[in-house]
Amino acid sequence: MSGFDTTQSAIFTPRSGPLSRMVDWVIRHPRMFVFLMVLPITLWLGIVYIGALIALLIQSFFSIDEFSGIVVREFTFKTYGELLRPYNLDIILRTISMATAVTIAAAVLAFPIAYFAARYAKGKWKALFYIGVMLPLWSSYLVKVYAWKLVLAKEGILTWLFAKLHLTWLLDGLLSLPVIGGNSLSVSYTGTFLVFLYIWLPYMIIPVQASLERVPGALLEAASDLGATPRQSFRMVLFPLALPGIIAGSIFTFSLTLGDYIVPQIVGNSRLFIGQAVYTQQGTAGNIPLAAAFTVVPIVIMGIYLWGARKMGAFDAL
Amino acid sequence: MTDAVTFRGVSRHFGTVKAVDEVDLAIRDGEFFAMLGPSGSGKTTCLRLIAGFEQPTAGRIEIFGERAEGVPPYLRNVNTVFQNYALFPHMNVLDNVAFGLRVKGVGRAERHRAAEESLELVELAGYGARRAGELSGGQRQRVALARALINKPRVVLLDEPLGALDLKLREQMQEELRKLQRALGLTFVFVTHDQDEALSMADRVAVFAGGKIQQIGSSEDIYRRPASRFVADFVGSSNVVPADLAGVGISDQWASLRPEDIILDANGREATVTGTFFHGRVTKLSLDIKGQSLTALIPAHQTTPEIGETTRVSWDPARAHLMEREA
Repeated sequence: MSGFDTTQSAIFTPRSGPLSRMVDWVIRHPRMFVFLMVLPITLWLGIVYIGALIALLIQSFFSIDEFSGIVVREFTFKTYGELLRPYNLDIILRTISMATAVTIAAAVLAFPIAYFAARYAKGKWKALFYIGVMLPLWSSYLVKVYAWKLVLAKEGILTWLFAKLHLTWLLDGLLSLPVIGGNSLSVSYTGTFLVFLYIWLPYMIIPVQASLERVPGALLEAASDLGATPRQSFRMVLFPLALPGIIAGSIFTFSLTLGDYIVPQIVGNSRLFIGQAVYTQQGTAGNIPLAAAFTVVPIVIMGIYLWGARKMGAFDAL
Repeated sequence: MTDAVTFRGVSRHFGTVKAVDEVDLAIRDGEFFAMLGPSGSGKTTCLRLIAGFEQPTAGRIEIFGERAEGVPPYLRNVNTVFQNYALFPHMNVLDNVAFGLRVKGVGRAERHRAAEESLELVELAGYGARRAGELSGGQRQRVALARALINKPRVVLLDEPLGALDLKLREQMQEELRKLQRALGLTFVFVTHDQDEALSMADRVAVFAGGKIQQIGSSEDIYRRPASRFVADFVGSSNVVPADLAGVGISDQWASLRPEDIILDANGREATVTGTFFHGRVTKLSLDIKGQSLTALIPAHQTTPEIGETTRVSWDPARAHLMEREA
């Protein structure tokens, strides 16, 4: 064998320069490396995030003096009691119903799209899928919501399309329904629902696609081989294995819908959602404790939801 | 007697790639049939054609006399042991094994009892409550087998089922698979790229290359009388030498000469040793006879010549096999 210098030392001389030496030192001390890595995020989460959350939680246990409008800094459950008034309870139930409906619809819509992307799309088709799903996220949220208001308006393209297709009766029938109907789509819960669905759908598609990608094709073949019809394969193999992704996606769609105050303000009727209630209470009404109490509601709901999802084993595969 | 599986002019093309190209074969009822070949030779695609995961682009497939083209996998009484076992990760072992009965609507108690029995068959009784992830490779292999057997299939397909196991376990599983196949009297179709495995386990072997079958025959046939250079080389790494050198024909023909048939012989012809490799039971010698490289396997107890030394070797020309085809 030629070209190998056998007089050369097998250990190279240490690197010079403060940064290189520091890196070399850190490489030899992996625990220190981990500590340095997590320090900034821990400080950020600990002080800015958790700290703010605790401040909020404390606020919710204060109350407001109804005559002077001044916050009384004394521990009380009075503000939480106010949440249970019919008007406020309606807001909470309305928001939860909307979030649930949006989440279920998003899961149903996302699954076939994600399945196609995970199983069949390759190369440039996969790139196209990612761009198609992500593109709406790159444009302004407000622009999209206002665009939808125009689309859904009585003079909008959707009404025009229904008329052209001689389906005006269908649209009118839908709008004449109690609760979900209204004067036009843009001032009905149906409109609010459609816009929420559009805005949050990517947050469902991506995790479902990721979970489906992790299901080996051989598992579906095995199911089919053992006699499972396509329907049984879906129910007994594909769906249970995609569940972590669906749960992950639903965490996004559910919590984002719970907290949003812009969509229902622009598209929908004048009835409030939790986000709007928080906005009004801490703004015009100046009732910080009630705003804080309202804010705690989604946190508690999400806490319960996550606990339930964990019980179902949704995070085992994450 | 009806053959278990017959292919007549079966092709499976993927675009311009001819994965399986006009294959004819007949797998007999109750036989252990091995499909042997390098990766990309079409053996796995053939297996998938029998299972129904692939449909032929041309030709006719019959399973026990019934046409199988266009029939989906779930309507075939044929079950597969997958290469990486494909056990359902969200089910325990018992539910994995019972899956085939569950989709048929068999009640929980009955299918669990049947699954227990199936697990007993592969000597895994009592492992039902475990998750697939908690088992060793060999145990997973057995679960996959138990799961494939629970539907009492007419044909069992095995796609390189022992590939992921270490040598010792593989040898043990080879024996067990063979025993089980004999005991059940079922038709096993076994895909492998390991020629030792194919030869030792199968009643008959089909050697694949380039989407075509190069040779079908008993293990002995394939090994002793390879039909082509490819078969000779792939099965048992035979020496392919000019026929006149081997002493069985004229110079423009080729003969296969098995390494173990070459012996050290003081009265033999001169050969230069270019390499020695100790394998325990045998020592492999790389030899050079007048520019022709040869491999010889000599028993390890014999004195091994050194690299660079000239030694003398011979062979019985009757052991050399003249090949019909060049390719």
